[in-house]
Amino acid sequence: MADPLLVVRNLHTNFATDAGIARAVDGVSFTVARGETVGLVGESGCGKSVTALSLLRLIDGAGRIDPQSEIILDGTNLIALPEREMRNVRGNRIAMIWQEPLSALNPVMTVGDQIGEVARVHAGASRREARAKAVEMLRLVGIAAPEQRAGEYPHQLSGGMRQRVVIAMALVMSPSLLIADEPTTALDVTIQAQILELLRDVQQRMGMSVLLITHDLGVVAETASRVLVMYAGEVVEESPVREIFAAAHHPYTEGLLRAMPRVGATGGRLAVIPGSVPPPTEWPDGCRFRDRCPYAWERCEREHPPLYQIGAGHTSRCHLAVEPERRAHPHTPLAAASGAGAGR
Amino acid sequence: MTAPGATTPLLSVRDLKVHFPIRGGLFGGARGAVRAVDGVSFDVFPGETLALVGESGCGKTTTGRAVLRLIEATAGTITFDGTDVRALGSEPLRKLRRQMQIVFQDPFSSLNPRMTVGATVAEGLIIHRLAEGAGIDTRVRQLLDEVGLRPDHASRYPHELSGGQRQRVGIARALAVEPRFIVCDEPVSALDVSVQAQVINLLQDLQRDRGLAYLFIAHDLSVVEHVADRVAVMYLGRIVETAPGPALYAEPLMPYTQALLSAVPVPDPDAKRQRIVLGGDVPSPAAPPSGCVFHPRCQHPSRDAACAVIDPPLEPKGSAPVETSGTGKGADLVHLVACIKQPPTRVDDAMQRAAGATNAPELYLPVVAPR
Repeated sequence: MADPLLVVRNLHTNFATDAGIARAVDGVSFTVARGETVGLVGESGCGKSVTALSLLRLIDGAGRIDPQSEIILDGTNLIALPEREMRNVRGNRIAMIWQEPLSALNPVMTVGDQIGEVARVHAGASRREARAKAVEMLRLVGIAAPEQRAGEYPHQLSGGMRQRVVIAMALVMSPSLLIADEPTTALDVTIQAQILELLRDVQQRMGMSVLLITHDLGVVAETASRVLVMYAGEVVEESPVREIFAAAHHPYTEGLLRAMPRVGATGGRLAVIPGSVPPPTEWPDGCRFRDRCPYAWERCEREHPPLYQIGAGHTSRCHLAVEPERRAHPHTPLAAASGAGAGR
Repeated sequence: MTAPGATTPLLSVRDLKVHFPIRGGLFGGARGAVRAVDGVSFDVFPGETLALVGESGCGKTTTGRAVLRLIEATAGTITFDGTDVRALGSEPLRKLRRQMQIVFQDPFSSLNPRMTVGATVAEGLIIHRLAEGAGIDTRVRQLLDEVGLRPDHASRYPHELSGGQRQRVGIARALAVEPRFIVCDEPVSALDVSVQAQVINLLQDLQRDRGLAYLFIAHDLSVVEHVADRVAVMYLGRIVETAPGPALYAEPLMPYTQALLSAVPVPDPDAKRQRIVLGGDVPSPAAPPSGCVFHPRCQHPSRDAACAVIDPPLEPKGSAPVETSGTGKGADLVHLVACIKQPPTRVDDAMQRAAGATNAPELYLPVVAPR
């Protein structure tokens, strides 16, 4: 990757909680190339949404991004930027769309005014220009009768249309990076298909990069070219999309893929990952996945695994990379052996 | 487990309708109705899983609740083990609820936050006088063990548990009264993939060990394929296709089912299949389209004016005889589809032409699911 759009190096985001310091994002590094879609995958509590919010520096209150972290967008380190300039980055350079479109929209403002407001704030557009821009954006995201829809309120629109409006708002300033945090999770499957197609279409037309955060590996397979898998605040595997489905290396990725029921696969029992993600205040030493892992051995307890190079563009945070023969002898993971609602 | 070939349904629903009045105007009179469920019929046999699938607002949850009389139906019959459920007074209904239970979608809001897990599970035992004194504790412990929780979980409160553990409590609560039938209303939708697999396996183990029948309500077609013996697809308050799971997934015939299946993201970047992207949104159930409720969004190449006129009957189609899933449930294994453009149909050419048809029915079978 000669000239990546975004380079994230050693991102740490911590939260002070009653239970201690929660290291929600704990040393995450990755890049996003121009025009590329990167999938960021993981289960609840793995740190994927906090990673996204950190990129926009939208961590406040008890949270803190370690100042040593680097978030380099087009050569500029956003960590060092004054808040005034950061405000310019948000919406202009990096835009974000959220899971629940209804809570991302203002219920007492027409959707046209909300989209137009972006142009007024960021580009100093006049009221009339803003209105024209809103209609243009609504047309871009495939809303029929955009002139009429622009005058409607969010509650008058369906869930799929609201998500289109949110996407329209995000695209007003032609951002170079769009962060989409579970953009289709709240939508029905046929509407999800519409929205994913729309995202692909606008990305191609605008040459944007997309960081797609999702728990659904199926969505990743259909939209991303590269995948980052997060677990317990860390990236545990990074790979080209094809390879992760054909040859996942990390036992967590392998477990996720096997636990998914899929259309076209025949019955039998689903493989489970026993236990659950540890709380972010208590990441275990050594490998954080070891209690749930069927291959773990004493090295995993002793030594925190680095990201090993597995192949071209493929890394994995698992000692199996250097002791591959261990994979031939799976055993019952500790979390399953100790019971705790993990059995069956 | 019932004997293979059992043909008496445990639950039989015929022409179920649930209409919610829309009130308004000066005197608050009914101005119309939301037809949430509009003429639904199905059977559930002992020990089997019937899945009701569809998107938000299709009426699947309302159907599940109406069956248990958590919502009162507007019309139709519900027969459980020979008993007319809709005719029951409150006392016999309470007794019947021992046989019919429900597991809710959201394990966060379906448990009382101020009751311990033990008290939640014990409630049904006490109400139905299934255990007394020290027997209650023993039974609660057994139930917790059966759903994979530890005995000490009995003294915990819901907020101390993870999502998967809470859903296990919801299942233990339903099991406490030893039901024969459970409505599972999106039981795994709120859970992460790895936890979802744990709960699905648990539900399947319990079914095998206790011969439970499930009405499994879900929107996730991959989960449904995994758990269901038979599947009924709902759209705008109606069942538009029903078939044994393998037949439905191998040969979906209702154009809506085809679109629904084709929209499921597949975790295989090389999957070869046809993606059907439907236009627009689901119409309002207060003003459903005339004729076939799906016709405004339908992609069938033979769709024509007749589709907007003729209400399509749910009739047998597909390559019968259909292979069963090997569960030996035996009955009601036909493939029923509501579409006058998928042959064969009893709505013959003359009737279709009279309704303005310009196209003859012709089999349309895009490859929508990877095999």
